[in-house]
Amino acid sequence: MSEPMNEQREIDEVSGVETVGHEWDGIKELNTPIPNWWRWIFYASIVWSLGYWVAYPAIPLIDSYTTGMLGYSSRAEVAAEMVEAKENQAAQVESLRNASLEEIRTDSDLLEFALAGGRSAFMVNCSQCHGSGAQGFAGYPNLNDDEWLWGGTLDQIQYTITHGARNDVDDDAHYSDMPAFLDDEILDTKEIADVTQYVLKLSGQDHQSDEALSGAATFADECAACHSDDGSGDIDAGAPSLNNAIWLYGGSPESITKTISHSRSGVMPAWGPILDDVTVKQLAVYVHSLGGGQ
Amino acid sequence: MNILTMLLLGLGALLGLFLSSRAVDPVIAAHGWLLVAFCAGFIIWMLRRNGDTGGPANPNSKINYNDAIVRAGVIFSVFWGVVGFLVGLVIALQLAFPVLNLDLPWTSFGRLRPLHTSAVIFAFGGNVLISTSLYVVQRTCQTRVAGGWAPWFVVLGYNLFIVIAASGYVFGVTQSKEYAEPEWYADIWLTLVWVAYLLVFLGTLWRRKEPHIYVANWFYLAFIVTVAMLHIINNLALPVSFFGAKSYIIWSGVQDALIQWWYGHNAVGFFLTAGFLGIMYYFVPKQADRPVYSYRLSIVHFWSLIFLYIWAGPHHLLYTALPDWAQTLGVTFSIMLWMPSWGGMINGLMTLSGAWDKLRTDPILRLLTISLAFYGMSTFEGPLMAIKTVNSLSHYTDWTIGHVHSGALGWVGMVSFGAIYYLAPKMFNREQLYSLRLVSVHFWLATIGIVLYAASMWVSGIMQGLMWRAYDALGFLEYSFAETVDAMFPFYVIRALGGGLFVVGSWVMAYNVYRTARGDVRDEKPYLAQSEYAKA
Repeated sequence: MSEPMNEQREIDEVSGVETVGHEWDGIKELNTPIPNWWRWIFYASIVWSLGYWVAYPAIPLIDSYTTGMLGYSSRAEVAAEMVEAKENQAAQVESLRNASLEEIRTDSDLLEFALAGGRSAFMVNCSQCHGSGAQGFAGYPNLNDDEWLWGGTLDQIQYTITHGARNDVDDDAHYSDMPAFLDDEILDTKEIADVTQYVLKLSGQDHQSDEALSGAATFADECAACHSDDGSGDIDAGAPSLNNAIWLYGGSPESITKTISHSRSGVMPAWGPILDDVTVKQLAVYVHSLGGGQ
Repeated sequence: MNILTMLLLGLGALLGLFLSSRAVDPVIAAHGWLLVAFCAGFIIWMLRRNGDTGGPANPNSKINYNDAIVRAGVIFSVFWGVVGFLVGLVIALQLAFPVLNLDLPWTSFGRLRPLHTSAVIFAFGGNVLISTSLYVVQRTCQTRVAGGWAPWFVVLGYNLFIVIAASGYVFGVTQSKEYAEPEWYADIWLTLVWVAYLLVFLGTLWRRKEPHIYVANWFYLAFIVTVAMLHIINNLALPVSFFGAKSYIIWSGVQDALIQWWYGHNAVGFFLTAGFLGIMYYFVPKQADRPVYSYRLSIVHFWSLIFLYIWAGPHHLLYTALPDWAQTLGVTFSIMLWMPSWGGMINGLMTLSGAWDKLRTDPILRLLTISLAFYGMSTFEGPLMAIKTVNSLSHYTDWTIGHVHSGALGWVGMVSFGAIYYLAPKMFNREQLYSLRLVSVHFWLATIGIVLYAASMWVSGIMQGLMWRAYDALGFLEYSFAETVDAMFPFYVIRALGGGLFVVGSWVMAYNVYRTARGDVRDEKPYLAQSEYAKA
């Protein structure tokens, strides 16, 4: 430290320390030495850093860098963690790969592993549309009930996850195409209103009897081919059942009228190209377990 | 200098006309007209003032200080503080209750978040820094600020930059770099303003009547010089059209990331730390009426802080594509930065020795003191979070948000409030503040608000980090992202509550400053020193 600045040094009464003898707008400075604890912690942090530089990658060279005595590399570290994680699951994953869905369902060890993996994969990949409780939203089916658009057996669920529905990625995706009865000028608004009343009747809701009666005839002509005479639907045709309280797009008169008039066509991605086979199997078993599996 | 200012303004007006005449998008057209209006208005105002660039607030002052400029800066600071804190409260509520995004692009979180950060850091913090630096440099050099109209160009031009930046964000104009969102034309304008600021500051130091330069001015100068360098290098960009708002940054990939966080971290280091240490070094000894604790410590911690801070940026990019050696650089320099940062806290707090009793009777000193406590806490937390194992948990979580706010609300906010309360009566030439009791109310609202904010974000951030890395016994991820968001809801509400208290505190300050400016004095029970209690 250079000598303090000028001659007008004085002793501060409170601390007994000398000032450096200068004043700015009334502010003076004491000539207190630097606290030892401050100095030593500062030195220690420098020594620690020097040690770190020796141990870890630190100093850039022209086309490389010093790799450090520990040979540490964050890329190698994460790669090793990935390998370890895969190895820990390898035996069970291999068993799942070789087992049929039914075998998985009936073997308690396989089932436990498949459900855990299926739940995890569902949360990451499926919950965005189907909800984290698989409860669904308007347009996205609830997977907890026993109503299935494309079938609720293990194999049917696996097929649906693998190929999806109405996407343009997979030629084997589920496909069905309900006519837009108003837009395509097949029915007029009166006929659609009547069919709406009949569908309300089929699903056991409040309805206008007279209109439902005339709607029944239209239903038989236009709708029953796919949805069946009693409205119980047809999985092979991709036609949902209409005779219960479960609705994909809502069961109010307005919603039903909208569906008949303009049609609906929800899309589900094909997960086969995205997820590996074992994960799809785990998902199928998990979804099947949610309550409605057949 | 005045002809130069006029020339700059004339050029600015021509540039504005040029931009708006051939603009390819409506935002740059509007901003061009804004520039024209600003420059034309400035020139007319200069001519009408007929060379009167402002005098001392106290007519009896022996030195012809320019206090008008400081007064304007104080008003801008209070205004932007109130605005910036309020926008912060809005986005905190949006995180808890997403419906408050209102489904409009202009009010969505993505546009309001940079509005909040820029309003508090650059509009509030920047105006506090500029106005206090121009006050401190005049007082500690015992001379009038240099440059005639140039300091007015700095203060008003800086606030024009704020308006251009903020209105741009709302209409979707951004270069998508955190804390450096303003587009190329706003950046160029800020560069002009900043160079003028540097020249004004250096010119004032040059004409000082004191033999030595006071420590506060070292910190202010380091802040001005380094921010110029950071701003220019991080914002090097090529506009798509010279008549359009959109540009592309010349850096790409991991180089862009490194330069961005070299900028981002040193915006904290030099804007929010070095600059505000300049404030601390003047206002703490003045308010405590005690000499600075250690001249030697101020030298050593100044140079070590300035040298070490600039290398610490890579700690924002741990466990990324950034090469390991650069990550090491960021970690080790952050650890070495701990004591240099604490040097400022020690020098501030120890300056109070012999004056601790004043904390009971002086709420302004209390604000300044607690700001140092928060400064010490967040400059310990910073190096801690730069350690790789800690960072692997804390990074990308709310812990970072809590850390930033204990520094921003606790250190930057509180030390600024202290300086504003110190300056308000002086700049309006009043005997005293309207109310010291209201300062105390502000102190408690802000302190409780910060504690709620920081504590809720610690809990939420650590919980979030633990949930992200949780695996079940079979090796599968335990939680989906949406589940971690859901778990944070109560903490988001507590954070908003804390932020709300801080906002209300800023209203109390605005009211107090307004009444002080009017010359009112509140009829209230005065604070008595202990000796006076005995007599009473």
